[in-house]
Amino acid sequence: MTATLKTQAAETAEQHAAFEARIVRGEKIEPGDWMPAEYRRQLIRMISQHAHSEVVGMLPEGEWISRAPSLRRKLILMAKVQDEAGHGQYLYHAAETLGAAREELVDALLSGKAKYSSIFNYPTESWADVGMIGWLVDGAAIKNQTMLAGCSYGPYSRAMVRICSEETFHHKQGKEMIVQYAQGTPEQRALAQDALTRWWWPSVMMLGPHDKDSTNSGVMSNWGIKTKSNDQVRQEYLNEHVPELLELGLTLPDADLHQDADGNWIHGPINWDEFWAVVKGQMGLNKERLATRNAAHDDGAWVREAMLAYGERQRAQAAD
Amino acid sequence: MTDLTSEQTQALILRLTVLADDELLLSHRDAEWTGHAPILEEDIALANIAQDELGHAMGWLDLRKTLDGSDPDGLAFRRGPDEFRNSALTELPKGDWAFTMVRQYLFDAYEALWQDAAKASTHTPLAQAAALALREERFHLQHTAAWVERLALGTPESERRTRAALQAVWPYALGLFEPLEGEQAGIEAGLLPDPTQIKARWLPLVTAHLTRCGLTPPGAEPVARGTHTEHLALLLAEFQGVNRQYAEMTAW
Repeated sequence: MTATLKTQAAETAEQHAAFEARIVRGEKIEPGDWMPAEYRRQLIRMISQHAHSEVVGMLPEGEWISRAPSLRRKLILMAKVQDEAGHGQYLYHAAETLGAAREELVDALLSGKAKYSSIFNYPTESWADVGMIGWLVDGAAIKNQTMLAGCSYGPYSRAMVRICSEETFHHKQGKEMIVQYAQGTPEQRALAQDALTRWWWPSVMMLGPHDKDSTNSGVMSNWGIKTKSNDQVRQEYLNEHVPELLELGLTLPDADLHQDADGNWIHGPINWDEFWAVVKGQMGLNKERLATRNAAHDDGAWVREAMLAYGERQRAQAAD
Repeated sequence: MTDLTSEQTQALILRLTVLADDELLLSHRDAEWTGHAPILEEDIALANIAQDELGHAMGWLDLRKTLDGSDPDGLAFRRGPDEFRNSALTELPKGDWAFTMVRQYLFDAYEALWQDAAKASTHTPLAQAAALALREERFHLQHTAAWVERLALGTPESERRTRAALQAVWPYALGLFEPLEGEQAGIEAGLLPDPTQIKARWLPLVTAHLTRCGLTPPGAEPVARGTHTEHLALLLAEFQGVNRQYAEMTAW
């Protein structure tokens, strides 16, 4: 990764102009193509963060596979969490096409150096959280990922297309669960409402800081990595989800929520102190999530060593 | 499909329950690795196996439902440990990766052979379900056989762990083939495979693979079916907890 960046240290204005012209023409940039080092750096940062989010994202819901209250829900949840692992895997591969090594990326996660979506630092307190995460968190993720499916880097864009189709299933199963509970027994309804109260703001925040406070947004949009701003994506998310939640008779924990003259749903002030505290690990389960990932990694060390040793042995035998 | 005598129906119900309970619990144990596997590829692969096993369990319970009208979720979530008919093999904690893989390998070999034999069942729905499940089971067997080999022929540590796993699991695996009281009527009518014949195919199959991997099956007596360990009650407390907490809810 470092070697690649060094060889591209001398970037000419012509190279930049040609590259930006390709972006303007809507062409996809492919792994072997010339690209500015900063474009590569931003993509590796973003794709690996995304991969880490999928991997850490297995934990809060995975906790409930063992307790799912029906066989059908258990099967669905297993499939869902398995999908997250799959997403992590092909996002790491997409980052590898830029010259990053998976081991280095994983090490950065395990050491706490790399970030992942802070939504996964919130605890899952009840079974209904599984449904609410599917509906709200995956719903917000789909909005973001649909935008990224149109991004300028080919492998990332194609990974997003595939991920979005699976996320759509996650979104549907979550919504189906919450709709059923909201219309179910008083206890089920209370479970759904409690989950909504706790997950609403985190899901609104997970689409990132307001445009005016977003540090990376300028260069990302010029190079066609992000084709919409955080606030635009957030608006799409609200406009889709608010009416559906209200229709179920559920209460959103935002007294200022209202519709403007254009029909857009406008949220009240976001508690960004909470957002940043969770991102920085001062609030929520950041330490616990990383400890769990580290434990799995450490416990698996002897297995990975065995795989390598077995591979060596096979190669040595083949050479004889 | 022939008309079943009451004895034959009972034999079928018994075997279907045994199959379902084994796969239900094994699936549950395997899924405990999801998010915690040694490599990301195994988070995916083992979660796949766990889903297949759960899918099979649901299939067996659906078949049972056609015979006695029982509710699959009711059986899974509202029976106590004394009512579960699984082999103790499947309730043991997941252990380390070697334990999980050795157990899964020995079980997969048993299951694939049982399903292969059950394709000839005179109870057509069972024959069809077995043929369907067998396709998936062959993949499991391939996958877990490869892992047993990798671990047994990997490093001294992985070899030691694999030997220890085999030592611990073997008597329980033998217990899979113990005759079930009440199954004989189903075997005689050609509805169900004879477990002793399955064992006669299983033993040379797994012994050959283990030997290739430098492992020797220990000499041990089978742990009889119907014997449960203390782990089952704990497993069910977790498995059934949410469902039982909201006892009046029927739709989840």
